[in-house]
Amino acid sequence: MLDHIDLIKLIFGRLTWDAIPYQEPILLFTFIGVAIGGLAVLSLITYFRLWGVLWRDWITSIDHKKIGIMYVILGLVMLLRGFADALMMRAQQALSFGDSAGFLPPHHYDQVFTAHGVIMIFFVAMPLVTGLMNFVVPLQIGARDVAFPFLNNFSFWMTTFGGGLVMVSLFVGEFARTGWLAYPPLSGILSSPDVGVDYYIWSLQIAGVGTLLSGINLIATIVKMRAPGMTMMKMPVFTWTALCTNVLIVAAFPVLTAVLGMLSLDRLVGTNFFTNDMGGNAMMYVNLIWIWGHPEVYILILPAFGIFSEVVSTFCSKRLFGYTSMVYATVVITILSYLVWLHHFFTMGSGASVNSFFGITTMIISIPTGAKIFNWLFTMYRGRIRFELPMLWTIGFMITFVIGGMTGVLLAVPSADFVLHNSLFLIAHFHNVIIGGVVFGMFAGINYWFPKAFGYKLDTFWGRCSFWFWTVGFYVAFMPLYLLGLMGVTRRLSHFEDPSLQIWFQIAAFGAVLIALGIASLIIQLVVSYQRRESLRDTTGDPWGGRTLEWSTSSPPPVYNFAFTPKVYDTDAWADMKSNAYARPLEGFLAIHMPKNTGAGFIIAAFCAITGFALIWQMWLLAGLGFASVLAAIIIHTFNYNRDFYIPEGEVVRTENERTRLLESHV
Amino acid sequence: MSTHHENPAHDADHGHHDDHGHHTHADHGSLKSYVIGFLLAVVLTAIPFWLVMGKVFDKSSVTGLVLLAFAAVQVVVHMIYFLHMNTRSEGGWSMLALIFTLMLVFIMLSGSLWVMYHLNHNMMPGMMESAPESIPQMHDMHDMNHMQ
Amino acid sequence: MSDTIISSNGAMNAVPSSRFYVREHHPENGTMLGFWLYLMSDCLVFACLFATYAVLGRNYAGGPTGAELFDLPLVAVNTSLLLLSSITYGFAMLEMQDKRQRNTLIWLAITGILGACFIGFELTEFAHLIHEGNGPQRSGFLTSFFALVATHGLHVSFGIVWLVTLMTQVGKHGLTPENRRRLMCLSMFWHFLDVVWIGVFTFVYLMGVLP
Repeated sequence: MLDHIDLIKLIFGRLTWDAIPYQEPILLFTFIGVAIGGLAVLSLITYFRLWGVLWRDWITSIDHKKIGIMYVILGLVMLLRGFADALMMRAQQALSFGDSAGFLPPHHYDQVFTAHGVIMIFFVAMPLVTGLMNFVVPLQIGARDVAFPFLNNFSFWMTTFGGGLVMVSLFVGEFARTGWLAYPPLSGILSSPDVGVDYYIWSLQIAGVGTLLSGINLIATIVKMRAPGMTMMKMPVFTWTALCTNVLIVAAFPVLTAVLGMLSLDRLVGTNFFTNDMGGNAMMYVNLIWIWGHPEVYILILPAFGIFSEVVSTFCSKRLFGYTSMVYATVVITILSYLVWLHHFFTMGSGASVNSFFGITTMIISIPTGAKIFNWLFTMYRGRIRFELPMLWTIGFMITFVIGGMTGVLLAVPSADFVLHNSLFLIAHFHNVIIGGVVFGMFAGINYWFPKAFGYKLDTFWGRCSFWFWTVGFYVAFMPLYLLGLMGVTRRLSHFEDPSLQIWFQIAAFGAVLIALGIASLIIQLVVSYQRRESLRDTTGDPWGGRTLEWSTSSPPPVYNFAFTPKVYDTDAWADMKSNAYARPLEGFLAIHMPKNTGAGFIIAAFCAITGFALIWQMWLLAGLGFASVLAAIIIHTFNYNRDFYIPEGEVVRTENERTRLLESHV
Repeated sequence: MSTHHENPAHDADHGHHDDHGHHTHADHGSLKSYVIGFLLAVVLTAIPFWLVMGKVFDKSSVTGLVLLAFAAVQVVVHMIYFLHMNTRSEGGWSMLALIFTLMLVFIMLSGSLWVMYHLNHNMMPGMMESAPESIPQMHDMHDMNHMQ
Repeated sequence: MSDTIISSNGAMNAVPSSRFYVREHHPENGTMLGFWLYLMSDCLVFACLFATYAVLGRNYAGGPTGAELFDLPLVAVNTSLLLLSSITYGFAMLEMQDKRQRNTLIWLAITGILGACFIGFELTEFAHLIHEGNGPQRSGFLTSFFALVATHGLHVSFGIVWLVTLMTQVGKHGLTPENRRRLMCLSMFWHFLDVVWIGVFTFVYLMGVLP
C-alpha cells in the first residue's frame, strides 16, 4: 500500500488535477482560444501536407537564415502574449480605484506583471535581437554560415522550449508572482512554495543556455569567418555591435545561470544562499542578478544601435560619420556596462560612498551613447534622406530614446533615485528606452532586412500606420507614468485609493490601445505584403541601395549565401564594389561544402524541457529519466561524424544562372 | 561542435596541418615543458599547505595574502605550461578573451565584496551602531556576518 | 580587374573578376576558440560561486567552522591526484601529437582513473559531512562551500564521461582531425578545472581554516 503511494508521488510529484485553473474565467477563455487557434494551425499544416517540409526545411535546419527567421517569428508571437499582459495591466490600473477592485485579483495581477517582464525581455527582445544578428552577420561578413551551425539550431530550440515552459505555466499551475527578477526571500521556498518561481527558474535556465551558446557561436563566427580583406576596422557597424553584444552575452549569462541555480538549490534542497536566517543573505541575490541584469540591457540595445547605423547610412546615401568613434563608443559601452550595476539598487542601503561611485559611472556611460547619436545626426546632415520605413523608425528612435536616456541620467543621481526608485517614473524610463530603442530598432531592422529574407518589401502604408500608432501610443501610454511617478505612485500596484490619479491611468490605457493598433497594423502589414508580394518584389537583391555585403546576394540568398567568397578592401564593402565597376561572376562555380540538417538539436532541447517540467513539479523519476536522455542524446550526437555534404557544382551553376536571368530581365 | 570537415581530396594537405598551427593550435608543449610545469605546481602547492598546516605565520591576514599570491603564480604556471597560453594563439584572441574575463572576475569579486560589506554593515541586524529604537536581536544571528 | 564589363548588377563577363572574389575560401576552424570562450564563461560561473563563498563563507549560523571541518591532508591528496591527472593528460597529448593511438588511450585512461579517485575522495568527504549533520543546509558557509566544491566536482565528473566517450571514439575512428580537435578541447577543459581547483584549495580550504 505504501509502495503504491510512493510510486504515484515519484511519477507525478506535486502535479495534480488542481494544477489546471478551470475556475479562472480569463484563463479558461484564453485556453479555449489557444486550443482553437492551435488546432486550426495544426489542421492547416496537416491539410497542406506540410509536416515533412516543416521538419526537413525548418525544424532541423542549421541554416543561419532560417534560424534567424524562426527567432524573429518566436519574438513576434511572444510579443502578442506579452502585450496581452500589458493591456490587462493597463485596464486593471485604469479601473481599480476606491471601491472598484478591477477584474484582476492581486494573486493573478502579480503573475501578469511578472510574466509580462519575463516574456518581453527573454522571449521577445532577446529572440528578435538574436534572430536579426543570426540572419545578418554571416551575410555581412561574407561567410556561408555561422561557426557552429548545429549549435545554432540547438540554441534556437532551447530558447523556444524555454518560452514554451512559460506558456505552459498559463494552463498547468501558475507563474511566479515576484516580478521579473524574482528577488528572494519572496521567491524563496517559504514565501513562494508553489510552482510559479520554479517555472520561472527552469524556463530561464534552459533559454539561458541557448543564449550563451549563441553568444559563443557569433563571436567565433565574427573572429574567424570574415571574408578576406575584411579587417576588424572594415567590418560593418552592425557586425561590430553584434560582436560586442555577444561578448556581453558570454560574460553575463553565466552569472544568471549561477544565481538561478543557487535560488533553485534554496528552493529544492533547503540551502541557505538567500534565506533570512542560517547565514543566508538575500541582498547577495540582488547584487548578483544585477551584475547580469545591467549588461543584459546593453545586450538588447547595442544591436539596435547597429541597425540604426546601417539604416542611417543607407537611407542618407552616405558613409556613416565617424566609423572609428562608433566602434570605440561601442567597445567602451561594453566595458563600462560592467561598472554600473548597483544603480538598480541604490536604495538597498550600501551607503553614500558606494552609491556615489556607481552613480558617477552610470552618468559616464551615457557619454558614448551620446556620441553615437551625434554621429547619426552628422551622417544625416547633407545626406539625401529617403524616408522609407526603416528611416521612420530610426527617427522615432532618436527622439524617443534620447528622452528615455535623459530620464536615466536623472535616475543615476542616487538622491533623486531615493525618491523615484520603484515608482512609475522608473517604469516609464525603462519602457522609454526599451520601446524607443530596442523595439523601434527591431522594427527598423525587420523592415530593412525583410526583402533580403523573403524577396519582397513590406507594405509601406500599413508600415506607416504601425509606426504612427506605436509612436503616438507610446507617448500617450508612458508620459502619464512619468507624472504619476513624480507624484509618488509605486510600481506593481493593482489598486489605488486616490481618485485624482485615475485620469492619468485612463490616458495611459488609451495609449496601450493605440499600441495594440500598432501591433495589429504590423500583422496586417505582414499579411498584405504577402498578398501584394509580386508588386513589392525585390529582383536585384539590393532594394535600398545598400552599402554592405548582404545586399550583394539575391533576395532571398541561396542557401550557400555566396558562390564565391567576396574580397573586401574598404568599409561599406558593397558600396565600394558598386562604385568600382565590379562584375558579378557568371561561371567557374565549384561544389560548395555545407553542413547537413539535423534533428539532434530539437530532440536534445525537448529532453531539456521535459526535465525542466519534471523538476518544476518534483516528478523525480521523470526528471532523472529526462536528464539521462539529455546526456544520452548529446553523446549519441557526438558519435555522428557524418555532418556535412557538398552542394553539387551543377546545382550551384543552376542557382547562379537563375539569378543572372532575373537580373537581366529586370534591367 | 564544429562541422567544418576537410574534403577527402584535401585530406592529404590538411592531414598534418593541425600540428603546424597555421590556424588552430599554436603550441602543444613538450615533455620538458609539462614536467617543468608539474614540478613548479607541486612546489607552489606544497608551500601553501605547509604554511597553513604548520601555522607558520601568526597573523591570518599575512597568511591569507601569501596564499593568494602563491595561487596567482600557480595559475600563471598552469596557463603557460599546461594550457600553452601565449599572445599568438588564435591571433591573440585567446589572450584578449582571458584578460577580459580576468578583468570581469576581478570586478565581480571586488565589487561584490565591497558592495556586500557596506550593505551588511548598514542593513544587517546586529551590525548597526545607530540602531533606531529597539530592534529585537535574534540570538543566533549574533555571530552571523563576520565579514572578512 | 576584369577586361570586359560592367554594370553594377548583372554582368556581361566571362571570367570571374578576381579583384572582388576568391574562388575557394576555407574559413579557419573555430572550434578551439569557441571552446576557449565557453571556458571563459565557465570561469565566470565559478567567479560567481567564489564571490558567494567570499560573502557567505564566515556565516556559520552557530555551526561548525572550516577549521573544525576541513581535513587538510585529504585535500592535499586530492590536489595531488588532480595535478597528476593534469600531467598525465599532457602526456596523452604528446602521444597524440606523435600519432600513437594506443599510448594516447593509455594515458587518457590513467587520467580518467585519477579523476575518478578524486571524485571518490570528494564524495566520501561530502558523505561524512552530511552524515555529521553538516550538509549544505546547515549554514550559509556550508551552503556556499558545497555549491562551489560540488560544482567543480560535477565538472570533473562530466569531464570523465566526456573522456570515456572520446576514448571510445578514438578507439573506433582513430586520431582523425576531428578527434584531435576534441581531445584538445578536453585538454583545455581538464587543465581549466585544475586551475579552478587552485582557487578552491587556496581560498576555501587553506584560507577557510585560518581564524
